[in-house]
Amino acid sequence: MAGPGRETAGALAVARIARRALHGFLLLVGVSLLSFVLVELAPGDYFAEMRLDPRISEATVRGLRARYGLDRPLPQRYLSWLASLARGELGYSFAYGGPVGPLLWPRARNTVLLTATATALAWLLAVPLGVWWATLRGGPVAHGLAGLTAFLLAVPDLVLALGLLLLAVRTGWFPTGGMVSLGHEQMSWGAQVKDVASHLALPVTALVLGLLPVLVRYVRASVADALHAPFVRAARAHGIPERRVLFRHALPAAANPLISLFGLSLAGLLSMSLLVEVVMSWPGLGPLLLEAIQARDFHLVLGPVLVSTVLLVGGNLLADLLLLAADPRIRAEEK
Amino acid sequence: MEAEQALVRVCGLNKRYARRGERRGSPGIQALADVDLEVARGATLALVGQSGSGKSTLARCLARLEEPTSGQIWFEGVDLLALRGRRLRPFRERVQLILQDSAAALDPRLSAVEIVAEPLDILGRGGKRERRGRAWELMETVGLPSAWGERRPRELSGGQRQRLAIARALAVLPRMLILDEAFSGLDASIQAQIAGLLQELRGRHGLTYLYVSHDLALMARLAREVAVMFEGRIVERDSVERLFADPRHPHTRALIAAVPSWPAPAAKPPVP
Amino acid sequence: MPALLEIRDLVIHYDAGKGAPVVAVDELSLDVEDGEVVGLLGESGCGKTTLLLAVLGLLPPPARVMRGSIRFRGRELLALGDFDLRRVRGAEISIVFQEPTLALNPVRRVGSQVAEVVRAHRQSSGLRGREEASSMLAEVGFTEVDRIYDAYPHELSGGQRQRVVFAQALACRPALVLADEPTASLDSTTQAELRGLLSALQSRFGLALLLVSHDLGALAALARRVLVMYAGRLVEAGTPVQVFHDPLHPYSRGLLRAFPRAAASAVSPEQGLPEPIPGSPPDLARLPPGCAFEPRCPDRQLACAERPPQEVRPADNRRVRCFTYGG
Repeated sequence: MAGPGRETAGALAVARIARRALHGFLLLVGVSLLSFVLVELAPGDYFAEMRLDPRISEATVRGLRARYGLDRPLPQRYLSWLASLARGELGYSFAYGGPVGPLLWPRARNTVLLTATATALAWLLAVPLGVWWATLRGGPVAHGLAGLTAFLLAVPDLVLALGLLLLAVRTGWFPTGGMVSLGHEQMSWGAQVKDVASHLALPVTALVLGLLPVLVRYVRASVADALHAPFVRAARAHGIPERRVLFRHALPAAANPLISLFGLSLAGLLSMSLLVEVVMSWPGLGPLLLEAIQARDFHLVLGPVLVSTVLLVGGNLLADLLLLAADPRIRAEEK
Repeated sequence: MEAEQALVRVCGLNKRYARRGERRGSPGIQALADVDLEVARGATLALVGQSGSGKSTLARCLARLEEPTSGQIWFEGVDLLALRGRRLRPFRERVQLILQDSAAALDPRLSAVEIVAEPLDILGRGGKRERRGRAWELMETVGLPSAWGERRPRELSGGQRQRLAIARALAVLPRMLILDEAFSGLDASIQAQIAGLLQELRGRHGLTYLYVSHDLALMARLAREVAVMFEGRIVERDSVERLFADPRHPHTRALIAAVPSWPAPAAKPPVP
Repeated sequence: MPALLEIRDLVIHYDAGKGAPVVAVDELSLDVEDGEVVGLLGESGCGKTTLLLAVLGLLPPPARVMRGSIRFRGRELLALGDFDLRRVRGAEISIVFQEPTLALNPVRRVGSQVAEVVRAHRQSSGLRGREEASSMLAEVGFTEVDRIYDAYPHELSGGQRQRVVFAQALACRPALVLADEPTASLDSTTQAELRGLLSALQSRFGLALLLVSHDLGALAALARRVLVMYAGRLVEAGTPVQVFHDPLHPYSRGLLRAFPRAAASAVSPEQGLPEPIPGSPPDLARLPPGCAFEPRCPDRQLACAERPPQEVRPADNRRVRCFTYGG
């Protein structure tokens, strides 16, 4: 039974990525269309409030709507939005009176900063904790961990976030909102970084506390399973030291489901942070989206949705790549 | 042998599996190549071969668990491959499959007696009380004491699970049993017990058995005829005596050579 | 001159939770001499796997050694801590498990898995480890060693995987190999090949081998002595010819009759159907007070139900635990 050619392995990986990217692109198109239609179907539009105001005449509203093209048929509006997408403008925001694009990018950047930090921190904590818990095999510490994670899972994210805010207010250790302090631009580069970091601390903590229990349990379950695998027993039987058994045998075998989970967690970055951003006034996509929905600012709603979908596709693609690299059996399936 | 006499008749059966990721039209794996086979009513035939020889594929095609790529199968004179869906039902009652280590084939959530009663429930024969009664009878027939009736499959030993699988298979009054590596993984004395049970059942119900195995030694004891499979073809088929006395195909000879031998037990137990 | 491996009066219990513990191994004693092949014959639940695991201190937690001694080269293995035991495992005593597919890590290349065993014991550099692993892969019969070294387990056939497992077990040239049904899960022709390989390796390296197997042919060909186990006890011991041709214990007799013998002159199937042993396998949690085999024994007497028989030696190198012969 011949092994796979090393030369073709790379080509197959590229083919697989290309396929996935294509699927992702189609998904984006589908999501954009669906979101467009759904938002359209929702009652009211940006000018709905205005219509209720008796001082503004019906004709004025109609005129405004015509000016912004809100009375044109749906497919036409969709296409013109797509065109705007291609230009990088992502449509027009009524509330801000300008293209959506420039509004979106700084917010998106802030969200990614927050969620990437939180995800990285959560995983960096979850893996050692989960591995350690898996090696404990019962006992008071293991039970304690089980209880703690169960507790954190049960507490709603909102309560966690509010609790942290309360802590911040009471102790004054952390700023309680925003991303930068006053006078941020005048600070030195080092001080600027510290400033952002201190503002980051609280929302990141909230997110990590929400993510951690799920991840730790998953890691523990995966590693515990792997530790019972026959090849782990065989490795021990060969006199391989326990630490090596854990890190070079159990963990790589446990990695498979964890990598899929990692991809999923990347995908959920935006939705996860929405609540925390709003509660802690972090200037990310969350508050922007909320505002836009409340104002029925059509295109501004679609922007973050699209960004979220891009993150989803990107996350899955990354997970796919990692799985390909980590598990030779999956590489073989592609042959 | 005329078509009416043979219980099963296979003509020119082919089965090709495409390799994953390959385009259509590529050769793939030829699991069965032009197989012809006839099984007479009441026969005991063993398909013997190594892994990859196609024996399990053939058994699964016969049980209609897989679709052959081409060829024909007749069962009791009826063209089997033409039947689909509901019309296949009567066939399913007539041919039952018993697999290696039924742990995978038995629903882990059901108790033993529920597993045996399940085919009867599905067919809807008789009232619930009758079906349960019949299930208990069947369990007794296969030597599973009633104490085990409420246990789940994972509480049973390998041999007991096989008995359960046989009881379930008998529930629908089949004509033929296909046993695919049904003895692998069982201890020798348990194998012997199951073999004895099958022998008795065959006599009582007039069953036909098709065994699939790589263990030629065991098959030589259980079956009257052996068909040797190699790379998707039947390369030799004969009665056990003739096969061992005069093996013609090199693969048959290789299989016979692989059968281990050890000093035979003395005829009488030694006087202490 | 002490034997290489000396097991004396070993008792192993499984804690079954509430109630009495399950006796997995009961007062077992056996010796393995340097370079000797000892076969262990028995059915599931007889304690053979438990015994092998106990030698290397690999018993899973509900199982415990209650008393007895396991001496290897004069050292008491049961008294060794985990650190010292690890030095013995793989280097002086190796174990080969059934199911080669499961014994290899699926996401690592097989060569590195063999080299890992070398490195764990020899403190060799990366390159030395690879060299030794490669040479061992050649010893177990691979011709394209480099290709196999870089292969993953799923790219190899069952027989090839088991050869890799042999390579792992022998990588550090242990004196004793414990083999638990090493050819059981394979095709018959592959089994025959590996039987030959095991024999060749045993003589080439002068290995002592404790071979648990239900492959009577392998036992007949390789073993100097065969031990029969039932319900955690040793019930008979002797040379293969003695045990297979002249079994003393009723269980051995019954067991041997249950194995299908296919000789060149096969008789018709009805006559040759393997004979089962009457009754069912013992429930280790509820053993009778007397001989464990008594409920199924065709030769049972009154004494058999009252107390377990002692071991007797009816002849040189013959052991049997049955009232028929005394005890």
